[in-house]
Amino acid sequence: MWSCSPAKNEDMNKFSLFVVTAAAALALPALAAGQAAPTGNVANGKRLFEKQNCYYCHGTGGQGGRDGARIAATALNVQALIRYVRQPTGGMPAFTDKIISDQELTDIYAYLKSLPAAKAPKDIPLLDQLREK
Amino acid sequence: MATSKKGSVNRRGFLKGAAVGAAALVAKPTVQAQNAPARQAAQLPSAALVAAETSPPPPRTDVYTTDRPGSDFMVDVIKSLGFEYVAANPGSTFRALHESIINYGGNKAPELLTCCHEESSVAMAHGYAKIEGKPIMVMAHGTVGLQHASMAIYNAYADRVPVYIVIGNVADGPWRRSDVEWTHAVQDAALIVRDYTKWDDSPISLTQFAESAVRAYKIATTPPMGPVVVVADAVLQEEPVSQDDRRRLRVPKLSASGPPAGDSGAVAEVARMLVAAENPLIVSGRSARTPNGLKLLVELAELLQAPVLDRRQRMNFPTRHPLYGTGNLANADLVLGLEVPDFWNVTHAQTPLNRMGMEVRPLTKQGAKIVTISSLDLLTKSNYQDFGRYNEVDLAIAADAEATMPPLIEACRRLITADRKRVFDARGARFAEAAKRIREQDLQEAAWAWDASPITTARVSAELWNQIKNEDWSLVSDVVFQSWWPTRLWDFTKHYQFIGGHGAYGIGYGAPAAVGAALANKKYGRLTVNIQSDGDLNYAPGVLWTAAHHHIPLLSIMHNNRSYHQERMFVADMAARAQRDVSRVGIGNDISNPNIDYATMAKAYGMYGAGPIENPNDLGPAIKKAIEVVKRGEPALVDVVMQPR
Repeated sequence: MWSCSPAKNEDMNKFSLFVVTAAAALALPALAAGQAAPTGNVANGKRLFEKQNCYYCHGTGGQGGRDGARIAATALNVQALIRYVRQPTGGMPAFTDKIISDQELTDIYAYLKSLPAAKAPKDIPLLDQLREK
Repeated sequence: MATSKKGSVNRRGFLKGAAVGAAALVAKPTVQAQNAPARQAAQLPSAALVAAETSPPPPRTDVYTTDRPGSDFMVDVIKSLGFEYVAANPGSTFRALHESIINYGGNKAPELLTCCHEESSVAMAHGYAKIEGKPIMVMAHGTVGLQHASMAIYNAYADRVPVYIVIGNVADGPWRRSDVEWTHAVQDAALIVRDYTKWDDSPISLTQFAESAVRAYKIATTPPMGPVVVVADAVLQEEPVSQDDRRRLRVPKLSASGPPAGDSGAVAEVARMLVAAENPLIVSGRSARTPNGLKLLVELAELLQAPVLDRRQRMNFPTRHPLYGTGNLANADLVLGLEVPDFWNVTHAQTPLNRMGMEVRPLTKQGAKIVTISSLDLLTKSNYQDFGRYNEVDLAIAADAEATMPPLIEACRRLITADRKRVFDARGARFAEAAKRIREQDLQEAAWAWDASPITTARVSAELWNQIKNEDWSLVSDVVFQSWWPTRLWDFTKHYQFIGGHGAYGIGYGAPAAVGAALANKKYGRLTVNIQSDGDLNYAPGVLWTAAHHHIPLLSIMHNNRSYHQERMFVADMAARAQRDVSRVGIGNDISNPNIDYATMAKAYGMYGAGPIENPNDLGPAIKKAIEVVKRGEPALVDVVMQPR
């Protein structure tokens, strides 16, 4: 009959996103020299991104929104992403390996990395007209 | 005016007479038998006599008419209050008032709006009041109608919006005509909504009705505003009023109360704190009741060069102002909350959000002072908990923020020295730079998934803005489900350009409130825009017909994410927490299989419909075409398959 979470304003959202991203990155050990980064399957990652409903909060293009950070072209490395999914610090629930394995998260990571980067606003006429000139 | 012969028979008299007549008919055969003459020689009766003696007696015919029902006087009272419209789904308990409005009142001021659900009637009144600043009237059954209306009334109460509701009821049992009237009758009609209305009354005379009706208007429109209920007893409505009685009845003058302003000593103290603060932050909830409230908040913010954190519950502050959204609770040494519902939830964080019994931490730094000016402190009830968690503040002024603003601004002005002015100017320059950075960041974020399908809420907002930016537009839906993209991209400057949201998050508000707001905008020639959630529309889609029937120009862009998405996320949270299958949470939440065809739905209700639009490149032309329809004075709907948020 009703619905809505007690959303904070978007400014606070941005602040939280920054803190979450920075904290996750700092908390992770760097890869040892010469250690190969795990590789993922992009197609399977896309399938899992949809099946596990990641897009509910992050959007089908990983663009983010009110309820989740932008994760397309994430600056995190794969271990940082996995660590954050296991132990999130914001509003996101923890996804344990009972729900999704490290390999599956690696596939999702590969999918996120495969998403096209956004154009610059100046190259999109509808956004360009909104820029202060 | 002479007393009508017809009007001289009232219903009580008729019923009494009918009972006596029936008793006489029953008794008659016995009397005839006792007085029968002795049998004489056979004489055949004529056919006419046979017919007269053997046919059943003709039924008694009563003509029940009147020239002056009490409901006419009720209309005199209602007209004195200046309602433009009365929204109603028809109901027998107010049939006389209904008839008086359309015939005696000429269906003008107020004009009857045909609604398909009482929830729609109230939500339309809710939306109208937020644009126009005054209520329209709603009529409903005292029982089943008010039950339908109740959630919308709660929304209006929590949003502190004046909604004026007249309900019908047959209070006196013997006057009820049928089992229907018994099941539609109630001892205390307003009881079911008393927890979330500001006032109600059940008058038992026309004199009391007049006073209660005027009093109700005064109470509803005095801040803190809220819904009121007046019961129009059906007997009072239907019984005639003699000429002599009518002369004795009078319509009381409405004596509007001014909004309560803050105590001068407390206002002076707030001014001292604001001027002395190094990083003051203003948090606005519903601070701008009127266009002047918007101007006053700009004046205060600019005077202090203090940023405004807008909760977007009214059009409080221009969205491209350098002080809009540039502040931060964590940096503030003074937080001024203006008409902010659940202010505790603004100044605190609860973590983790997906757990009950959460840990709490303040978002303000240690030593930061918190001050509130709010009429919410003047209207707190017990049962429904919309008041939120108790907030420990340093100074609370129980008053209307807008009414308190002029003395506060003056008090600040008197305290600002040249030194403080230099500090403020430097502060303002920093916020202006921050505003530019935020704007660039917003535009960059909007570009992500620009060509995606389902279409992003950012893309939809940008496409809409491109079509309306040169119009006199008014957005009458909330922006929270679109990740706030309209307020991040559009240039909101006028009070009617934004009206906030539900009040109590009761879904089903969106579509009817938009229709009501569009109705208020109609006479000003504004282009009214509604970004319409799919789940919301399905509660009472008949309001689309109301918009078409009454030629209410409204552009609705369907935010069709084919789900009750908020609930879907909540259940996903629970599944993840329980370490179970997250992929199944669409069960009970998705609105798909089959997908609802909203363009066809719109057409079925007699209005323009287009879509579903799935290719973002088709969106601009579709919106443009729909706007052409709206400019001709009709509603139009464009179904857009959109990202969840």
